[in-house]
Amino acid sequence: MDWLEEQRQHLQALSDFSDRLIDGLLTTIQLTLLGGALAFVVAVALGLMAGAPSLWLRGPARVLIEFFRGISLLVLLFWMVYVLPLFWMANPDLPGEGLVRNTFLIGVVALGINYGAYGAEAVRASLTTVSQGQWEATTALSMSWPHKMRRIIFPQAWALMLPSLANLWVHLLKGSAIVYILPGVNDFTFELNNLRRPTDIWFSHALVGLVTYFVLALILTIFMQALEARAKHKLGRGPSLKEILSPDPPAIAPDAASSSTATLSTEKGSQARGETDASQTTGGGAR
Amino acid sequence: MPTPTDPAPAAVAEPAPASSAEPPVIEFVDVEKRFGDNVVLKDLNFSVRRGERVTLIGPSGSGKTTILRLVMTLEELTGGYIYIDGEPLTHQQRDGKRVPVPKKQQKKLRTRIGMVFQQFNLFPNMTVLENIIEAPIHVLGQSKKDAVAKAHSLLEQVGLPDKAEAHPTSLSGGQQQRVAIARALAMDPEILLLDEVTSALDPEVVGDVLNILRQVADTTNVTMLIVTHEMAFARDVSHKVMMFDGGRVVEEGHPEKIFTNPEHERTQKFLSAVLGES
Repeated sequence: MDWLEEQRQHLQALSDFSDRLIDGLLTTIQLTLLGGALAFVVAVALGLMAGAPSLWLRGPARVLIEFFRGISLLVLLFWMVYVLPLFWMANPDLPGEGLVRNTFLIGVVALGINYGAYGAEAVRASLTTVSQGQWEATTALSMSWPHKMRRIIFPQAWALMLPSLANLWVHLLKGSAIVYILPGVNDFTFELNNLRRPTDIWFSHALVGLVTYFVLALILTIFMQALEARAKHKLGRGPSLKEILSPDPPAIAPDAASSSTATLSTEKGSQARGETDASQTTGGGAR
Repeated sequence: MPTPTDPAPAAVAEPAPASSAEPPVIEFVDVEKRFGDNVVLKDLNFSVRRGERVTLIGPSGSGKTTILRLVMTLEELTGGYIYIDGEPLTHQQRDGKRVPVPKKQQKKLRTRIGMVFQQFNLFPNMTVLENIIEAPIHVLGQSKKDAVAKAHSLLEQVGLPDKAEAHPTSLSGGQQQRVAIARALAMDPEILLLDEVTSALDPEVVGDVLNILRQVADTTNVTMLIVTHEMAFARDVSHKVMMFDGGRVVEEGHPEKIFTNPEHERTQKFLSAVLGES
């Protein structure tokens, strides 16, 4: 009976705290979305630079990637919150003091560049995974580097990089919890700590925290899987999103669905291709 | 660009139309290509006149494909010079030194060269039509209307008029290769490089693709450099056959002569092996 009584108190505390928990949840979601958006921009920019033919682009990109991958997020946050403002204290005339004092912004930027550096590696790697023949075809058609990248190579690499980026985004979501050390950023983890006081750590973190973060991560994963399915369909592999989401999915192999008019030799060919594709992108299988 | 007249269907191996005044369309001078310590081509000198169709034959590893890839600038030239229409493609001599040519110049020359690959290499993220019009619009600066009209007529020419909106992955290998030929021709190349274009195809569709290439040879004046194992095709369309072995030209000459009465023992052996098999 004690145990039941305790649970009732915990649920009462949960409902008392629900407003603050929802505020914290929104902060975490904002950090994840804005940090993720910045990380994506950083990843694509640095990844393209790191894959560029010119050493003047490749060199700086490598330095930045290695640096921001190498330093821990925690250290980066400390620097940005406690060391960066010192420059403004020493030189009160410097513009932009409001920005360095905005701890939420600092959280977004730190998450963005830290995870962006990881993402850059995924972007660069997937660019090199696009088959050599595709690169050669663009050369044979005299396409400039920006042109072939934008129109041919990146759209194909996109399908390959999505699983890695999805991974990193889920990491970023969970990594965003570390931002609760910043003064003034009351994210979900911060509020969980408040909830822990009237309840206990089992209830706050191991139950409410676990379930909430898991559901958030699940939403991200499903979203990214949808993006990946769409990207693959655009490359002529796998069913379209519409087909996947239709309530009555055709019970045949996805490859056969799109080319019912194919001859025998075509099917042989596309099967062989499908196999090599599958070996290239393990982990992104059909669902 | 003056185009020598050759409107009649190019009968088998007529001498290539050319005027002696203009420089060769392709000229190799002391070309050497090595991958690390492995010398693939050595002291290679030959030239191809405008409108000439030259087939390179020889065992695999003899450097035939490397020659095409050097012309397409897919490989770096490690020694010697290649001239396109008399202009240096990759390196030139200046003050007695071998220096790379400016990138801009190379790009300009490269637009005159088209290539069809063994593995087709169509862009899977685009439809057939988009594959064909992408470079004419964005590289040559053609209007979309012109490029689309040209693409449709080329698709007609390669026998795929109804596949413009199809996805490359939904096409058979033979169909993909025909689209790849149309894509290369859409750039109006002076030089067309054909790198074992039928080697990845099912035997039954090889004939279709070769017939399209025969037709291109008959109706245009494009200079062709061909690597193929289809000896009958080589005999039909080429003005000259060059036999390679170990990175050197063993024998070259009129296809009729090479195929019926090869002088060199190496050529005899190679041809009896290749022809005996089929």
